[in-house]
Amino acid sequence: MITLRPLRKFEVPVQAACISPDVFKGKTATEIANLPVTEGNQPLKLCDLFEITEDSAETPAITINGDAGKVKRVGSCMTSGEIVINGDCGMHTGEKMLGGKIIVNGNVGGWTGNEMKAGTIEIHGDAGDYLASPYRGSSSTGMKGGLITVDGKVGSDVGCYLRGGVLKIKGGAGRFLGYHMSDGAILVDKECETRAGACMTGGKIVITGTIEEVMPTFTIDGVKPKVKIDDTQSVAGPFYVFLGDLSEHGTGKIFVNKANNPQMKFYEKYL
Amino acid sequence: MTELLIKNGFVFDPINGINGEKMDVAIKNGKIVGKVTRKAHVIDATGLTVMPGGVDIHTHVAGGEVNTGRIIRPEDHVKDVERKTRLTRSGTGYSIPSTFTTGYRYSRMGYTTIMNPSMAPLEAKHTHEELNDIPLVDKATYPLLGDWWFVLENLAKGNIEECARHVAWMLDTTKGYAIKIVNPGGLESWGFGHNVHSIDDQVPNFCITPREIIRGLAKVNKLLNLPHSIHLHTNNLGLPGNYTTTLDTMRALEDLSTDGKPVAHITHLQFSSFGGDSWSHFTSGAEEIAGYLNAHNHMTVDMGQIIFTDTTTMTADGPFEFTLYELSGHKWVNSDIETETSGGIIPFHYKKNNAVNATQWSIGLELALLIKDPWKIFLTTDHPNAGPFFAYPRILAWLMSKQARTATLNHCHKKAQKKSLLPSIDRELTLYELAIMTRAGQAKALGLKNKGHLGVGADADVAIYNINPETTDIAATYKTVRRAFKHAAYTVKDGKIVVKNGKVVGEASGRTMWLDVQTKEPCIIDEEMKRKFRQYWTVEYDNYPVFDHYLRVPEKLTIKATV
Repeated sequence: MITLRPLRKFEVPVQAACISPDVFKGKTATEIANLPVTEGNQPLKLCDLFEITEDSAETPAITINGDAGKVKRVGSCMTSGEIVINGDCGMHTGEKMLGGKIIVNGNVGGWTGNEMKAGTIEIHGDAGDYLASPYRGSSSTGMKGGLITVDGKVGSDVGCYLRGGVLKIKGGAGRFLGYHMSDGAILVDKECETRAGACMTGGKIVITGTIEEVMPTFTIDGVKPKVKIDDTQSVAGPFYVFLGDLSEHGTGKIFVNKANNPQMKFYEKYL
Repeated sequence: MTELLIKNGFVFDPINGINGEKMDVAIKNGKIVGKVTRKAHVIDATGLTVMPGGVDIHTHVAGGEVNTGRIIRPEDHVKDVERKTRLTRSGTGYSIPSTFTTGYRYSRMGYTTIMNPSMAPLEAKHTHEELNDIPLVDKATYPLLGDWWFVLENLAKGNIEECARHVAWMLDTTKGYAIKIVNPGGLESWGFGHNVHSIDDQVPNFCITPREIIRGLAKVNKLLNLPHSIHLHTNNLGLPGNYTTTLDTMRALEDLSTDGKPVAHITHLQFSSFGGDSWSHFTSGAEEIAGYLNAHNHMTVDMGQIIFTDTTTMTADGPFEFTLYELSGHKWVNSDIETETSGGIIPFHYKKNNAVNATQWSIGLELALLIKDPWKIFLTTDHPNAGPFFAYPRILAWLMSKQARTATLNHCHKKAQKKSLLPSIDRELTLYELAIMTRAGQAKALGLKNKGHLGVGADADVAIYNINPETTDIAATYKTVRRAFKHAAYTVKDGKIVVKNGKVVGEASGRTMWLDVQTKEPCIIDEEMKRKFRQYWTVEYDNYPVFDHYLRVPEKLTIKATV
């Protein structure tokens, strides 16, 4: 196991895509210390920024102790192994992830888990904007599989162009949750801001907490007692089921908890 | 006085009838000369292929559309980033490379002249600013005139001569090189949400049909003695069954050819050669089109070959882009350019496992192989509409090797494989025919007297490739040949070595060619015309023209008109 501790507080972003079990595997301590990173526009070595210690434990493969809030691309393209971050972590954590697990005991920046295909990211804190979204402008590389759980709240545009996988958010969510999603599932347990599911064509968004309104391009489809999130979890309702986004000829579904959203009672007359 | 001697290469120079002869090419002061002194710098081209610098007749590399395409596609740039070197600037690709990268990549393939085919006159200044920034190649641009109100008004009234004077004024005003016509009548209709569906449909608000526009501008082209013919993007482009419209268009121009010279160039013909009656019954119309072109000499065409990749389509044909938007649901840009034209942009991914895309790929190659005369059909991808230009070496391999075609066809959709004519075509192009399709033919069709050949007096634009035509079996080793065309051994621009072994080693800014057409009577710019400018354009008449100082290295070609 490799343990990294930041030597100082980083003022500018650090690009550290090399912090990944796949890169560290089979390398000696000196080789790891010499891996390239950049701080701002300065090309540096990993040992210039982190204190690196090695011990014999098998898992997790990498532990970061301390504030890595400016460190970007941790666990980029990783396929196996485990990274534990005891502190905050920066943007693009776990981007293009293909397997393995990342546990963050703190907050993460934006674009976490972007374009990921499999694996697990556990965030015991808040997450920024564009969680599990594709590269900006892309519509065909959204998150395809895997699981992301967030204990805190998330920012806006979470799950853009989602094509598969599951997002479980125990806190609230910002605007444009699941924008343009075509498959997969998003669960929000607290307050969800407006425009959830804009332009969605498939998949489901489950809101067990509150949402002020559903977009007018969605139509009510019925009331369901419970809904399945994935193979291991289903949540009890009852839920209003909305179908949309009709402006995109979509067949996505938004499930809104009936008891927590009395302002939606008027929809019942259309059933 | 820089002198250069390219020694002992196998020279392919179709305009001068030289087919792979071992000879020297001498260069002095940026021109090809008979001989040079002993002091000349020598390039040893023993065992290498020497050709004139490549000419691309149709490639969207600059202008408002191209730039909007760049803006809406950050995901296109992130996958293709070029670092700066001592000589070159940094830039991005992929399907819409930045201006400097465009120049470097063309030059690395041995191209030295490129033509930007679609410039809305209103965006001429922007286009020229971008062309100025494309290094290492000469360039020119064609203004879109097929749906310009002054053209429509004059042609509707039958004032061909007045129309010709307006076109001459517009070529000067926009610093253009040829008349570009896109979906004649359709773009004007698109301003009102309609399109024209045959060459005899009426254009709303103007008493005119597409047939009259095409014939009118072809006559104008003749009156003005322009070096290139009209450059035509046909009606109904990109719709199943449109090959009949294309045949109608070609027939409509038959009687205008008198001296055996082509009267029109139909561009990206692949998109105009669709058979069938719907997307599910989509077939190739290449056989019919090729049959017609083999029997007639009044047209030239270019391929518009599909490359299986993620690219960006951009054309002035707004209604066609709307069709693509309905098919793909991708992000879509639509614009109306005042009284002149329209425009649309959509990212598009051509896939092998899509029956329609795979058939389109087949149509392009069928056209190139079934049209017997290589002086009639040229190699393009309509960059970036059917694929980025740096995929040309792949097309060269498909044209020169049946094995390469079969290898790709075997990965295509089963339906497309069944429909394709490619298995029945055994023709494999030679290097000589290829030199015609990629440089000599294009230069001849464009009327560029100093380009596309290596005769004495020509511009010293030379491409040298690492292919030995004596020892190489091109059809069998197509992968090596493809690599050789991708990274030219040398590219010489105006007598200066700019690329060596696929790396940029020299600087040259490249000229912008434009036509100064001298009509006997000048175009009358009266108060009425200025009033129209005030009423219908967002730009005042005085601010409209591209002034001479806009062009960094201009090359004025003076033409005497017969009107």
